Amino acid sequence: MAEVLVLIDHADGEPRKLSLQLLTAAKQLAEDSGDTVAAVWLGPGASDAAERLGSFGADKLYHWDSDDAYGYVTLPQVEALEAALEASGADTLFFASSNHVKDVAARLAIRVGAGVITDVTGLAPGDDGRLVATKEVFGGEKITESSVAADAKQFIGIASNAFAAEEDGSGAPETVALDVELSEAATAATVVSVEKVASADRPDIGEAAIVVAGGRGLGDESKFGLMEQLADVLGAGVGASRAATDAGWYPHRYQIGQTGRTISPMLYIGAGISGAIQHRAGMQTSQHIVAINKDPEAPIFQIADFGVVGDLNQVVPKLTEELTSRKG
Amino acid sequence: MKVLVPVKRVPDTAGEKSFDPNDRTVDRESVESVLCPVNEFAIEEAVRLKENHGAEVTVLLVGPESAQPVVRKALSYGLDAGLQITDDAIAGSDALGTARVIAKALEGQEFDVVLFGNQSTDARTCLVPAAVAELLGLPSLTYARHLEVGEGKVTVHREHEEGWDVVESTLPAVVSVVEAINEPRYPSFKGIMAAKSKPLEVSSLADLGVEPDQVGLANAAASVHEVRDRPPKEAGTIVEDDGSGSAAAQLADWMVEKKFV
Repeated sequence: MAEVLVLIDHADGEPRKLSLQLLTAAKQLAEDSGDTVAAVWLGPGASDAAERLGSFGADKLYHWDSDDAYGYVTLPQVEALEAALEASGADTLFFASSNHVKDVAARLAIRVGAGVITDVTGLAPGDDGRLVATKEVFGGEKITESSVAADAKQFIGIASNAFAAEEDGSGAPETVALDVELSEAATAATVVSVEKVASADRPDIGEAAIVVAGGRGLGDESKFGLMEQLADVLGAGVGASRAATDAGWYPHRYQIGQTGRTISPMLYIGAGISGAIQHRAGMQTSQHIVAINKDPEAPIFQIADFGVVGDLNQVVPKLTEELTSRKG
Repeated sequence: MKVLVPVKRVPDTAGEKSFDPNDRTVDRESVESVLCPVNEFAIEEAVRLKENHGAEVTVLLVGPESAQPVVRKALSYGLDAGLQITDDAIAGSDALGTARVIAKALEGQEFDVVLFGNQSTDARTCLVPAAVAELLGLPSLTYARHLEVGEGKVTVHREHEEGWDVVESTLPAVVSVVEAINEPRYPSFKGIMAAKSKPLEVSSLADLGVEPDQVGLANAAASVHEVRDRPPKEAGTIVEDDGSGSAAAQLADWMVEKKFV
């Protein structure tokens, strides 16, 4: 019986939603192959999170409680995860396919000779015992199936919302403290401070189940207020097209598209966005797409599950109102 | 100060993409190819380092001979020299294989900062900058939305879900930038003309000392064994609003039916 490792990405002491999805995915695969699931928590907070991780599928929890995990850039996490990999003898690592975590996977893959597949939306056991990973490429135009070679460890990065997180009610996992001695190189880049700018009440667009996005058709900055009101009724994240971020109406960090973020929510609602290919490349893997646009010829309607041809100034506030009353 | 900017040739996002049915690699000759749009932010940042610190900037591209216009395009923004690594054995490399070639090319260069784009618009794995840093034993200051290079040290604001980390690091370092970092200029006519005569060195794997069994499709740790088109989407429901916002009620009903509310 082998262990599969799941690196838990966390913020403010809470595992991120995507990390719980990883645990469930790993648990389901492990049950088929008779493996067990070991979570890895780097930085303080493991003991408080242990029970929760157990209930989502972790049989064991490797932890390194040092502040150094996030006090320096990436390398302490790489070295601690390498210690976990050695302690467990695991051949498979699941990680959140989000930006900073990908760096950890890339650096560790070089160290241990692993193969990495990122942005995975589906997993199945292959005939040769290796995982077959499905992912969408070219902004969702094509779908590929890939595997890691038999002689390399397989590092699989999972995309947001591809798997449902399910509590299976198991108890707290066995915990194992990792013994980590950092190399000198690991402390070359120091985190001096952390600037938090995102609204604490609004989820990040990378992991939100619902994303509301505004584009050029909003006409000016103030209309993003309408989008935020709609988002807050739905518990959604707020994104923007490049036209809107380049115009300075919304921060660049929320840009969805080929040069910005790629999102895959359960539901995307775009208003005043025509759906140029550069934007579609960042959102067309969304499971459901809603478009609100006054131009019936806008290309976004071709990929919309539900489209409203109309003035967003009327439709968006009305939708917020309708949803509020339905929730009531 | 010396700066290296690795760039990538990518299929135009708006172009029709196809895969070679035999080895399931991207058929890069059949599609219109461009300089990766994310590289433009790294190039702009390099131009600013030239303007403010007198940096000398070299563009690096790993790719076949036919990718040379992309190096010239990058030079047209005002960069100083080009280095292209061309070798048939590289074809089909995965992200880590490509990182090995880039790292070997960088080993032969003097530099203070390597400036990547955070992702390429085609594969978007984001793995290469960190993998190159690992191979060179350097800090990976990725997702930079702000960059300040000082004497022997660099300050970077690394974007993440909640905001950003302010990071200080020793040099040399590998940096990748996100599009929030700047607003790229267009190349000038003068820059486009000058790019044609900028020095451009072409090296093979043997020149770099890379063994062919480290790279290429056959040695990729991760490989693709099936490619298919995304299934066509069924036509959705389109309703026209009468000007009062009343269509919102129909949309809300649909969202309730789909259990989003």
